[in-house]
Amino acid sequence: MEMAEVEEILGRYEGEPGDLIPVLQDVQERYHYLPEEVLRYISGRLHVPLSQIYHVATFYNAFSLQPKGKYTISVCMGTACHVRGAPTILESLQRILGIRPGETTPDGMFSLETVHCLGACALGPLVVIGGDYHGRMTPTKLDAVLRRYRKGGG
Amino acid sequence: MSRLESTADLEALRRRLAHERDPNRRYVAVCCGTGCTASGSRDVLAAFKEEIERRGLSGRMEAEGRVDLRRTGCHGFCEQGPLVVVRPEGIFYRRVKVEDVPEIVDALESGGVVERLLYVDPTTGEKVVKEEDVPFYRHQQRLLLANNGRIDPTDIMDYIAVGGYRALSKVLDEMGPEDVIREIKDSGLRGRGGAGFPTGIKWELCRRSEGDFKYVLCNADEGDPGAFMDRSLLEGNPHSVLEGMIIGAYAVGAREGVVYVRNEYPLAVEHMSIAIEQARGLGLLGENILGSEMSFDVRINRGGGAFVCGEETALIASVEGRAGEPRPRPPYPAERGLWGRPTLINNVKTWASVPIIINNGADWFSKIGTKTSKGTMIFSLVGKVKNTGLVEVPMGITLRQLVYDIGGGAPDGEVKAVQTGGPSGGCIPRELMDIPVDYERLAEVGSIMGSGGMIVMDERTCMVDVAKYFVSILEDESCGKCTSCREGLRQMRKILTDITEGRGKEGDIELLEELAEVVADASLCALGGTAPNPVLSTIKYFREEYEAHIREKRCPAGVCRALIRYTILEDVCTGCGLCRRNCPQGAISGEPKKPHKIDQDKCIRCGICLDVCRFGAVKVE
Repeated sequence: MEMAEVEEILGRYEGEPGDLIPVLQDVQERYHYLPEEVLRYISGRLHVPLSQIYHVATFYNAFSLQPKGKYTISVCMGTACHVRGAPTILESLQRILGIRPGETTPDGMFSLETVHCLGACALGPLVVIGGDYHGRMTPTKLDAVLRRYRKGGG
Repeated sequence: MSRLESTADLEALRRRLAHERDPNRRYVAVCCGTGCTASGSRDVLAAFKEEIERRGLSGRMEAEGRVDLRRTGCHGFCEQGPLVVVRPEGIFYRRVKVEDVPEIVDALESGGVVERLLYVDPTTGEKVVKEEDVPFYRHQQRLLLANNGRIDPTDIMDYIAVGGYRALSKVLDEMGPEDVIREIKDSGLRGRGGAGFPTGIKWELCRRSEGDFKYVLCNADEGDPGAFMDRSLLEGNPHSVLEGMIIGAYAVGAREGVVYVRNEYPLAVEHMSIAIEQARGLGLLGENILGSEMSFDVRINRGGGAFVCGEETALIASVEGRAGEPRPRPPYPAERGLWGRPTLINNVKTWASVPIIINNGADWFSKIGTKTSKGTMIFSLVGKVKNTGLVEVPMGITLRQLVYDIGGGAPDGEVKAVQTGGPSGGCIPRELMDIPVDYERLAEVGSIMGSGGMIVMDERTCMVDVAKYFVSILEDESCGKCTSCREGLRQMRKILTDITEGRGKEGDIELLEELAEVVADASLCALGGTAPNPVLSTIKYFREEYEAHIREKRCPAGVCRALIRYTILEDVCTGCGLCRRNCPQGAISGEPKKPHKIDQDKCIRCGICLDVCRFGAVKVE
């Protein structure tokens, strides 16, 4: 793996151990996960033990050690969405995609995850696909929405 | 724009802006908060820009009939978004679509109003023209949110034009650090993050702490599900938070500040970054602020998505680049915080309250609210309520006023309970709706103020399911340091799952109560310490629902899947076949135009038939 891009990310910060989380966030944004090689490299550059990086990488929800699909589907499980039927939405997605939260479809198209609140409670139940908000979701609407992404583009 | 070298420079700039900006000139404020953006307000904004330019109405120059366009932060009434308000008249348009824009601009030119886009008061059935007359807004007292729908959050001049950084000037010109702390103490302001610790006392403690380098932190790790007011403030008026932080830094003698904001809030991060950049450009941050002795700068730290980081010591660990695990207090962060140095940490709303207090005086502020809880509080009123959105009200308003007068009640059915305080809060039954909302009253009934999430629940909300929901979140988000929290929550979730899936047994309720007590007593931080609230409050007020699940294997609200079944009402079903075609399990059968039937063995209770039926023929029991 080419480390020039990682160097570019590291260059945005002072290079201190306290910069670990922002650096990991940028790496996550660039690769959609944290590749092991990159973590080993960062460990050397920031002088943070790999074990501590692993601790941080597995502690925060923002990080993933597995590659993510083309589109990340985030199902809001906030309280407002919950009382408006988010569990049914999640279950329908699991059934349609054949994966559980934290997993990616075999074709690399969709990753499924749950989030506690996206703060757009008026639109609940809410599903965010590849950054686009789809509010007032129903199990019936899901199929059509997913088909649009499969065809390419929201 | 060049640096302002003194407070007089700032006032001169403000006078110039006042002169340039005719207060009577029309502008169209398009809400671009997260809710409205998700409903399509960015396209509406673009359409306005094009239409206004096409008709030659744009620009900030002096001329009759000119119209400005302003992209603002969250107006609060998310349910009705995208929202567009024509000011200064305050004409309120809701659910505006791109194709409505030419008609609105026509009305702007002719001085008319587009009737069909007005809000209709559901109780009177009458159209409401002005924003201030919409019941949702009429009962509010907007101090922190006052400028949210009026200023462009990405333009510091908008903030300065409405009096921004005047409190900072006042502090630098007229007040010593001790005066500022006294003012905050006298105002009675308490921490808006949830616990309600007196803000002035925290500041005093930090000021007295030894250390030549101190920090100021803004806790914007808004983790409570159903709460989004901190985000709306950062998105809609970031300078008000920044001004509060600068004043706090002046009071305690801090050199550096950090805004710790959730990574899930990209727009808040963006607007805060722009605000910091612009404040630096004007010399409101950096060396010798407004030509004074004071030097202070702020940076942003994006959170990693861990609920526990809202706890101050966990947040500090996260800023230091570590996993966000809390540590015992004392020492408090005011004594030993970030990098072991004295650190003043406050919530977004607390910081934004500071300029308001300085400008209007502690006396004025302390007259708002109740004896022990001063000022206003922002709630996000969500769930089974008609008028979902952000509301700002004086402390002491009753839950009933909030839920009915402002929220309009539940859309269908009766309100059963109100949940406040996020996963650490409790469920308050409708019998207690007349209690005034302040820190003490909420605690008395087994809940907390929290950061202001307020979730309305109706007859179709199962309270056991709600308890399980909150315990699952907390179990998931427990950092794992304390055994009582880590293991206790897991056991509680297992028992609650058993109850909701029909495996509940006698003694489960008592066991839950016992576990709850241990988790609360033996855990280090507030996550574990308050974790039992959702369970204990639902047992206290809705014990019969638990008992129905355990003894009768029945979910009265019709939510718990293992205990419900879907059936089709023969006399209502028209045999249209929509449910049959949509059922993913092929569990529905029937001849066209004849009543259909659900095969209970195949049914997975996904609810699709209920969702698609246009005749209300699907019943849950």
